[in-house]
Amino acid sequence: MALNMQRLGRMLPSLPVSRAFSTAAGPAATQATSPTPPSPPPPPPPSDTAEVFVDGQPITVPKSFTVIQACDAAGVDIPRFCYHQRLSIAGNCRMCLVEVEKSPKPVASCAMPVMPGQKIKTDTPLVKKAREGVMEFLLINHPLDCPICDQGGECDLQDQAMIFGSDKSRFVETKRAVDDKNLGPLVKTVMNRCIHCTRCVRFSSEVAGTEDLGVTGRGRDSEIGTYVEKLMQSELSGNVIDLCPVGALTSKPYAFTARSWELKSTESVDVSDALGSNIKVDARGSEVMRITPRLNEEVNEEWLSDKARFQYDGLKRQRLNTPMVKGPNGLQPATWGAAFEAIRGAMAGAKGDEIKAIAGKLTDAETLVATKDLLNRLGSGNMKHEDDVAAEPVCADVRSTYLANTTVMGFEQADAILLVGTNPRHESPVFNSRLRKAFLDGAEIASIGPNIDLTYKYQHLGSEPAALSQLLASEHPFLEKLKSASAPAIVIGPGVLRREDRDAVMRAVHELVDKAGVVRPGWNGFNVIHDSASRVAALDLGFVPSASARSAPPPKVVYLLGADDWMDREVPEDAFVIYQGHHGDKGATRANVVLPGAAYTEKSGLYVNFEGRVQQTRAAVPVLGDAREDWKIVRALSEVLGARLPYDTHSAVRARLAEVAPHFALINNLQQPVWLNGEVLQKDVPFQSPVNNFYMTDSVSRASAVMAKCILAKQEAKN
Amino acid sequence: MRRAVQKLALVAESATACSSLHQQALAPLCTSATSALAQGASQSPLCQSNYRGRVFVPASTRGFAANSHDLFNQHKDTPDNNADNVFEWTEANLKRAQDIIDRYPPNYKASAVIPLLDLAQQQNYGFLSLPAMNSVAKMLEMTPIRVYEVATFYSMFNRSKVGKYHIQLCGTTPCRLQGAQHLQDTLEKTLGIHIGETTKDGMFTLSEMECMGACVNAPMLAVADYSGGVEGYSYNYYEDLTPADTVKIIEALRKGEKPKINSQYRNKAEPRGVIQDGKWTPSEGTLTLTTPPRGPIVTNPDL
Ligand code: SF4
Ligand code: FES
Ligand code: FES
Repeated sequence: MALNMQRLGRMLPSLPVSRAFSTAAGPAATQATSPTPPSPPPPPPPSDTAEVFVDGQPITVPKSFTVIQACDAAGVDIPRFCYHQRLSIAGNCRMCLVEVEKSPKPVASCAMPVMPGQKIKTDTPLVKKAREGVMEFLLINHPLDCPICDQGGECDLQDQAMIFGSDKSRFVETKRAVDDKNLGPLVKTVMNRCIHCTRCVRFSSEVAGTEDLGVTGRGRDSEIGTYVEKLMQSELSGNVIDLCPVGALTSKPYAFTARSWELKSTESVDVSDALGSNIKVDARGSEVMRITPRLNEEVNEEWLSDKARFQYDGLKRQRLNTPMVKGPNGLQPATWGAAFEAIRGAMAGAKGDEIKAIAGKLTDAETLVATKDLLNRLGSGNMKHEDDVAAEPVCADVRSTYLANTTVMGFEQADAILLVGTNPRHESPVFNSRLRKAFLDGAEIASIGPNIDLTYKYQHLGSEPAALSQLLASEHPFLEKLKSASAPAIVIGPGVLRREDRDAVMRAVHELVDKAGVVRPGWNGFNVIHDSASRVAALDLGFVPSASARSAPPPKVVYLLGADDWMDREVPEDAFVIYQGHHGDKGATRANVVLPGAAYTEKSGLYVNFEGRVQQTRAAVPVLGDAREDWKIVRALSEVLGARLPYDTHSAVRARLAEVAPHFALINNLQQPVWLNGEVLQKDVPFQSPVNNFYMTDSVSRASAVMAKCILAKQEAKN
Repeated sequence: MRRAVQKLALVAESATACSSLHQQALAPLCTSATSALAQGASQSPLCQSNYRGRVFVPASTRGFAANSHDLFNQHKDTPDNNADNVFEWTEANLKRAQDIIDRYPPNYKASAVIPLLDLAQQQNYGFLSLPAMNSVAKMLEMTPIRVYEVATFYSMFNRSKVGKYHIQLCGTTPCRLQGAQHLQDTLEKTLGIHIGETTKDGMFTLSEMECMGACVNAPMLAVADYSGGVEGYSYNYYEDLTPADTVKIIEALRKGEKPKINSQYRNKAEPRGVIQDGKWTPSEGTLTLTTPPRGPIVTNPDL
């Protein structure tokens, strides 16, 4: 029975059910409620569905549904603690009791499959009494510390106790006390509050794939923990904070800094990796207080990586808030005018390709296009992205060659996956959880690249490109596997694009793609993933060196757009360096002029994720001090330099973006690229992931004290 | 390691402090912690607090873990139980373990976890040290936490050092009615320890267990003998006990003898009798259920 339930849990579709299945009230009802009626989805074949009655209202749902899902589909709220649509079914909190006709006792709706003709009652006195009873039991050992609990105001237990709780307790014994656990620098525990729903345990073993949480002991004495004190090993550990229905697991960095009702939420997009997880930036006044995930089935479901969630304290440190010009005493604060004058002076001595721009990891598309236009007006085509480190720049001609064509959600269908030169666990932990999902659904995974724990089992075919040649040359079992798979996929990591033999590796991969039929009608299994948020937009906009720039002399002026990871040979000793960005990192230290820009939480900007989805960030807090939105700085500078850019408003820049690449007009939509189809393979240079330190990859995370703590904690755990 | 010991000492300190506090919320904390102290030194500072006129039992008799011997459901480093200890399966036990694993289909290897933990416990002188559990996890390809969950769930798995003889006194209702409390007093006096503690010479650990299914011969106790590894291991019931019998059994065990197992007074069901007032009292005829049962008692008049 338990096994069946688990399997059931995994089969649950991740679409919001109410939209996927129409109620039996028919199209008329649908029309009445929604102004633009989408054509009703074709009903699933009748043999797989069952008609049930929720409080008398008939509804048709798939037979695989549980009663709670049927109630959700019918729009009837069932209180719950342990049930979570993305985790297996535990059925241990009993809060979801409902009455089912002909069954003598109330039933736990989350663990009960629907039966045709079932009559479910959710508002009878029996149900109310049952829920009140459950609530009383749950509160027996729960401390009365809501006033000092960070979950207060957004706590499921608090909310439901308002409805089903009693105003006094009949319990006169001693409440139990449980040791708090130390799960590392991110998750704070107050284990007295735990109600043993085991959501966190199921999350860590099912989604995160790092089984370190468990229930030890039994009965009254059971507790959640790791048994032996240790760090939660996952890069997704912060998600247990959202999952915990009570205040047992809360955020350590956020602890006691704000109450949920004081916060203003802004829907935005994460830029700490190239997945573009959807986030909610919660701010109080001008300060970002926390970042939480936002549901997007196609991108991050409802998960968020620890870096994306906890690096926000970096937004308050090392910030550049005023223009600066280098004088005899180093960088000195200056006015915008003075800074622009200094730039004009330096630019006068440079012509054409002697002016170079390097885009950083966090640059938004607006700034990229403005900078590109500006440089072109100044006669230069010398521009690149800082991730483009190989001698030959990455070719931006064919969109499908640098995107994840399968799409993140598409990976759920994949049944054979080959990873080439990638460590998705660090490059994009949330994407890695999709791969794990595919693995749990039976996909076979193999990897040529670093041999590390990816949270799922995979065949390690080798660390060097030689393994790729072997795979191609012989009747390799995994090649056969790819060939016979119904939805094979290949994932190329960002490390490959940084290799000197990139083109040779890519050629080999393309050969493999052809040989194994990875791209077929209706299925494109060719994927490149990236690790920085601005990478795909830069390629989409052709922010690559022009033909003439490739043989240009060393630049005299270098314009760094928040770029901090350039190589020394790209910024000559005697070059005049302009740094436009928000953090005082490597780039600002080298700069002659610093132009303070806005961080991703302070501006509205477009980013393209590695599947080619255009998404926008929104300003949650005002920009800092004298800083300005980045595209505006470029626009203002263009005027000073006498190469005025023709756009004055944000919408005009967006229009220009759409002119350069039409898909920029389709925010949040995915434009499937068309699939179209030169070097020596460095056979024994091992594939490496560019992300060798997950917690610090860009200027924001490098400035974050919380991320530094994570690194320390991991190191300590290793020793 | 040193850190862990310090931590324990800290807990103990706060426990002594809290014994003077009449604060009910702290009581559970101090009960478990004082017994941690009591482990080291067998005389325990009593932690009593008054709550609405009720007096709590001495702290050392109440722990938090699933059995009365282990105090925590989390691992705490001690000199004889930490990650640096070594646990190596003996040649013979490795074979036994393999035999056990072979009983289950290869994809359900984890099913062998309970028998394997049992084997490891026998080999490891009666308790599952961290390395012992880890080696079971490795053998069955389970993540260690899944093994810890099982080990903490069952009261027959010990996770801290026990004596050579683990005396497990039944403390459930039928045995209580037949005088288990007298046995407990006697045992505590004879051994000089409370429930949950081990004698100084490391011979005996005294625990309280829930019903072990021998209520027909109540009161009873079970003794797990860990003095001879897996080969010499035994787990015997001693039933129909008077306090005097209990002392005899302890003395015999101390001398390395094998006291009579099972009921001390009868063979199978004969002769009839019960332990009454600490004495074996033969009886003729039925002692209970002598009148016809009262008819079905219905509380709901609608039925
Ligand atoms: S810690 Fe929170 S999520 Fe985990 S079992 Fe307890 S209540 Fe549930
Ligand atoms: S939600 Fe159904 S038992 Fe917890
Ligand atoms: S009550 Fe003691 S054995 Fe059952």
